[in-house]
Amino acid sequence: MAANAKTVSEPVAQGNPSVSLSNEEILRYSRHLIIPEVGMEGQLKLKAAKVLLVGAGGLGAPSSLYLAAAGVGRLGIVDFDKIDHTNLQRQVLFSSADVGTPKIEAAAERLHSLNPDIQIDRHETTLSSENALEIFRDYDIVVDGTDNFATRYLVNDACVLLGKPNVYGSIFRFEGQASIFGAPDGPCYRCLYPEPPPPGLVPSCAEGGVLGVLPGIVGCIQAMETLKLILGLGSPLIGRLLLFDALGMKFRELKLKKNPECPLCGENRTITHLIDYAEFCGIRGEEAPAPQTTVPEITPRELKARLDRGDDLYILDVREPHEFQICNIGGHLIPLGDLSRRVNELDSSREIVAHCRSGKRSAEAVEFLKKAGFRKLWNLKGGVLAWSDEVDPSMPKY
Amino acid sequence: MAVKVMIPTPLRAYADKQETAEVDATTVAEALSALTGRFGDLRKHLYGENGKLRSFVNVYLNDEDIRYLEKESTHVNDGDVISIVPSIAGGSSASTGRESAR
Repeated sequence: MAANAKTVSEPVAQGNPSVSLSNEEILRYSRHLIIPEVGMEGQLKLKAAKVLLVGAGGLGAPSSLYLAAAGVGRLGIVDFDKIDHTNLQRQVLFSSADVGTPKIEAAAERLHSLNPDIQIDRHETTLSSENALEIFRDYDIVVDGTDNFATRYLVNDACVLLGKPNVYGSIFRFEGQASIFGAPDGPCYRCLYPEPPPPGLVPSCAEGGVLGVLPGIVGCIQAMETLKLILGLGSPLIGRLLLFDALGMKFRELKLKKNPECPLCGENRTITHLIDYAEFCGIRGEEAPAPQTTVPEITPRELKARLDRGDDLYILDVREPHEFQICNIGGHLIPLGDLSRRVNELDSSREIVAHCRSGKRSAEAVEFLKKAGFRKLWNLKGGVLAWSDEVDPSMPKY
Repeated sequence: MAVKVMIPTPLRAYADKQETAEVDATTVAEALSALTGRFGDLRKHLYGENGKLRSFVNVYLNDEDIRYLEKESTHVNDGDVISIVPSIAGGSSASTGRESAR
């Protein structure tokens, strides 16, 4: 294991023989320098290291803070988003005053104020098959803090094609995963999962969400693994998938092997260039694009007008009870998953308007009811989010 | 053989919100079959239309990937733990991309 770690860190150490520390830096890194396993040699390796963080979100926030604080000499960040209120619950890199500003700007400013001695590279762009190799090429290690499958596969593939280790982290509600992919002789993400799941089988926003501390824990594990790779210390998470269960407060570990049939790093590779997968839902709360359907839609404004006219409409809310508690438009709550069991509660002679948060689950509900023989059906276009935008701005969005 | 199946968070919605299930089986296939027998909605999340385990769902017997054992024919022993490990995508999260796109 130690040998593995060394292999990965060698290019880092060799690249910059002329690096040295100022007296201020020696003071700043004192607690590193007095650890024999780090010492001056290790701190110089950190200073010479070039690490790219893909995504300045829940995972990228803690990992970038710790990597900057630790003195990683050059940190690149790829992100194109602006900070919004929903980020603040976990993205500790940002403050309330930053809402509305590009993440990359706020991140660079925050990291620079934490450690003015390091270089921060801003890549304010969406990672794509066009730019990934070019951006990654300059760095020694890539830290994957992405929130969707499209970018996750792009990061993995670019790292394997360039031979760079990919420090992986992923979270879902109360569960986290971490590993290192793309190390010499180690497995890659495609060894584990050859293809991304189809959009329809990815958890929808009904099942999204994350407890704020979880990305903090997983992001810190990624930062720790990154430092270990740079320093050539300990046993890196190569060939191991760490599973973290926050509720049980348990760590488990599964063995990962390099798959000889891997389409990217196996013996008979079929993937030799980067692929852009259509982005679809992860934890982001964006749902998969609705399949081409003929579900009749009603806009929030039309619905409001009809309700004001006193039309007899049955509003069916197919979200989950905890979502109903956040906000509702006075509909009858039957979660999508319960609909088949509770369909007898509906009156097929009445016009039914189904809605959810953004319109996808309710489209499924309408499809289902159509098959069950209901005829007078509408799907509320854009769900309660659109209702808030178009009809009642006082209704909270989530 | 009594084995424990660990159901991952994203699939618990299809398994009566259970975190684990005890099943009686001699192979991994039997254990998964007992599980999907109990929770029918799980089936389409674990298996494709060709009846094979989906490529984004991995199954581990204790800490070993069954793809490198005898796949679903792998024998199980009393007290073994089977883990279902689907790919999960979360990382950063909700962004203005959504709001501004509207």
